[in-house]
Amino acid sequence: MELPVIWFIAIAVLWIGYFVLEGFDFGVGTLLPVIGKDNTDRRVMINAIGPVWDGNEVWLITAGGAMFAAFPAWYASLFSGFYLPLLLILLALIVRGVAFEYRGKIDTDRWRAWWDRAIVFGSALPAFLWGVAFANIVRGVAMDADHIVTAGLLDLLSPYALLGGLTTLSLFTLHGAVFLTLKTGGAVRARARTAVTATAFAAVPAGAAFLIWTQLAYGAPWTLPFAAVAAIAPVLGALLAVQGKEGWSFTTTALAIGAAAITLFGSLYPDVLPSTTDPAYSLTVANASSAPYTLTVMTWVAVVFLPIVIAYQAWSYWVFRKRITREHIEPTPAYGDGGSDAGTAATGPVPLPRGTG
Amino acid sequence: MDALDLARWQFGITTVYHFLFVPLTIGLSVIVAGLQTAWYRTGRHEYLRATKFFGKLFLINFAMGVVTGIVQEFQFGMNWSEYSRFVGDVFGAPLAMEALLAFFLESTFIGLWIFGWDKLPRKVHLACIWAAAIGTNLSAYFILAANAWMRHPVGFTQNPETGRAQLTSIWAVLGNPQAWSTYLHVIAAAFITAGMFVAAVSAFKLWRDRPRGDDAPAGGERELFRKTLRVGMLVTLLSGLLVVYSGDHQAKLAAAYEPMKLAAAEALWETEDGAAFSTFAVGDTEERLNHVDITVPHVLSFLATGEASGTVEGMNDLQAKYEEAYGPGNYIPNVFVLYWSFRLMIGLGLFGVAVSALGLWLTRNRRLPGNRWFYYAAIAGLPATLAANLLGWIMTEMGRQPWTVHGELLTAASVSPGVSLGEVALSLSLFTAIYGVLAVVEAGLLWRYVKAGPAHLVPDRGDGADAEDADTPVPAFVY
Ligand code: HDD
Ligand code: HEM
Ligand code: HEM
Repeated sequence: MELPVIWFIAIAVLWIGYFVLEGFDFGVGTLLPVIGKDNTDRRVMINAIGPVWDGNEVWLITAGGAMFAAFPAWYASLFSGFYLPLLLILLALIVRGVAFEYRGKIDTDRWRAWWDRAIVFGSALPAFLWGVAFANIVRGVAMDADHIVTAGLLDLLSPYALLGGLTTLSLFTLHGAVFLTLKTGGAVRARARTAVTATAFAAVPAGAAFLIWTQLAYGAPWTLPFAAVAAIAPVLGALLAVQGKEGWSFTTTALAIGAAAITLFGSLYPDVLPSTTDPAYSLTVANASSAPYTLTVMTWVAVVFLPIVIAYQAWSYWVFRKRITREHIEPTPAYGDGGSDAGTAATGPVPLPRGTG
Repeated sequence: MDALDLARWQFGITTVYHFLFVPLTIGLSVIVAGLQTAWYRTGRHEYLRATKFFGKLFLINFAMGVVTGIVQEFQFGMNWSEYSRFVGDVFGAPLAMEALLAFFLESTFIGLWIFGWDKLPRKVHLACIWAAAIGTNLSAYFILAANAWMRHPVGFTQNPETGRAQLTSIWAVLGNPQAWSTYLHVIAAAFITAGMFVAAVSAFKLWRDRPRGDDAPAGGERELFRKTLRVGMLVTLLSGLLVVYSGDHQAKLAAAYEPMKLAAAEALWETEDGAAFSTFAVGDTEERLNHVDITVPHVLSFLATGEASGTVEGMNDLQAKYEEAYGPGNYIPNVFVLYWSFRLMIGLGLFGVAVSALGLWLTRNRRLPGNRWFYYAAIAGLPATLAANLLGWIMTEMGRQPWTVHGELLTAASVSPGVSLGEVALSLSLFTAIYGVLAVVEAGLLWRYVKAGPAHLVPDRGDGADAEDADTPVPAFVY
């Protein structure tokens, strides 16, 4: 296989890693006010993704860096062409990341309410926009002979793209709900189970419609089984979760996301960004890629380091494998930022006084 | 104002802002790891308290470094698409390596460290903070190698067909002398800043909670902060030696690779042998001369070439040379900004180093000065060294103008042609607004946690029964 093709696949792998992992972070964030009835519930939810969300986000950074290195023209045209959606995604990721870290740092309801909004907005918006963006990549955009995208913001909001956004939003939310059934206990887990059914009612039709549309309009023959798996797996995932087989359910929703991404990348190939102005202007795996030397270097780096990364990330998931319940949430945690529903333990650490500063 | 100007402002603002947090992350990660190692080795409770206290401040700062970094990763494509197209083949590789080798390491292990207090054996937990610290310090190398390549492009050819840069040797790019030199200088500057942060926080706590009148001094905590004050100052002082050494090397490399930058930073208009180092100049960039210039003889030549009588090229000659080589245009960067940022970088940075040297002397033999100026100076050292870092970057980046890649690609030719003025204006205002708000939030949080002190994180148990206490697991669902 030629190096640019290998790197096209590698980049697809990085995006799949990102969507599967950050997908449930987005889902948990989106469901925060729905499943988290009080502050302790919400802390259960946030702590369930707390140790891993940053590592999950680095899949995005790596995907971006790899596109820059392996397909500079793709990186350049795509991110300048999708300027406003990307701007929104970045703003969302900024407030979301800070929110996780800062939410518990001051013990007032108002403070937490602001950061809760940031988490919901910062999770749901990118979950939606990534779908819009990838639908547009598959569908192609107006782009001139110099590979400069000339499409405006409204062109990016076609029905197909909006359906794509709906698909990722609902699928990630489902994935997040399943993750919560797997990782939490007690009331949160029970409510997450209800949420699985509810979100499945959105994710299943949206996903099926989007994948059928993708397959019919842009798909290759070999993407058909993937599209089918992606369309069916969410149904299965929801059923498994309801039966209490949460591990299998999570595997299935992860599979759905992976298969959907493969369908998209497969439909895109051999283009990386089709031009609707003139197919001759399209960016392709061949004309957008770096020279063989760079790709060889990158291949070595990836072959050596990606398995190591996967190994230690897997280990971190293993370390935090236990379910989290309300009982685990310290009323006045050692780090000193107690919940409002917290009593002050006489012997425990002294809580940070309200209104210091 | 056109889209190019705004894109430059945006890059400058977002990068400078990112770099407000970066030096603290680089240095504090290692200092916190060091404190935890001390706790691991000795089992003394005060080290645990110091680890948790500074660890908390470190994390508040770290979050900002992470989220502002994501913007950096995508900004090249958004605002500088022609630049990305031109350099991606060379420049993308270190960026991708940074993510794969460093960011994964640091983000995964920081998660394990924050949440792993009660889940991992102590030794493994300690290893986690070291892994994160190594990841962070490694990440700086790759991004600096990328940046150094823009100042001194090596290991590439220009493909005659596509007109794009094409990598020929990754070792040349990673082994770029400019990369090594910059790395040493930036890391040293980062440790100066982080050391000063620890010292400033400690000085603040010591001064604020000083024993007054007959009040019994709050024993444990004062002793703790006396120690961390000295730790911070020692880190700053030692890094100060490295920063001067590597800074001198940076100047020599600038003389060799970017003589225009050095000439502008010195406001040196005419080529001179045995050039003097200017300490205060009032010049005229229209007339291209200085009206007033107070100098120290021969120092500039020595700084630039290693010989007191070496030749240093002046801007007027360089301008003529560049016009000949690259065609007509203005190749002189903003002399005023370069001249003053250079001096302020050195002055403000070394102020912190000097305060630390003095402070170590004054606090020898368990002493604590009673004079308030000592504490004020130690606190002032923090903003001073932070500013020195930023000014150093402003000099570096503005001194590279009008090039993005020195001698290869002009800034004007780097900008995204398809991105409108309105779009850049919107993103610039949104980033600036959100960064402004977050700066206030972050500063407020740091302030609160500094004031609350370590007592709310780990209670003061006094020294004594340390060894057993230290083994009690610390619950860690911190979010
Ligand atoms: C605490 C901060 C600090 C301190 C005390 C110094 N520097 Fe510095 N300097 C930086 C922080 C910094 C920096 C922010 O880290 C920069 C920006 C880019 C870089 O490489 O490091 C920098 C850049 C920088 C450059 C530009 C490199 C280039 O553009 O190619 C030169 C020539 C020097 N420094 C020289 C010095 C000298 C001679 C110093 C003292 C005697 C000195 N610096 C102290
Ligand atoms: C983190 C420290 C850095 C700071 C504080 C910094 C600062 C700046 C500033 C102030 C500008 C505006 C200069 C001007 O327009 O006159 C600028 C421009 C720029 N810098 Fe840096 N920079 C940093 C690191 C980097 C790195 C690591 C890279 C590349 C990897 C880089 C690439 C650029 C580019 C592409 C521009 C835009 C073009 C230009 O106006 O020069 N910078 N930077
Ligand atoms: C303009 C070029 C730059 C880009 C594209 C960039 C990219 C990034 C990204 C994506 C992150 C977030 C990583 C995460 O999520 O964990 C980050 C954080 C960080 N960057 Fe930058 N950065 C730039 C400039 C710099 C420079 C010049 C340095 C150091 C000298 C630096 C050192 C760091 C450090 C220490 C952090 C915080 C801790 C970490 O996440 O590693 N960055 N940067």
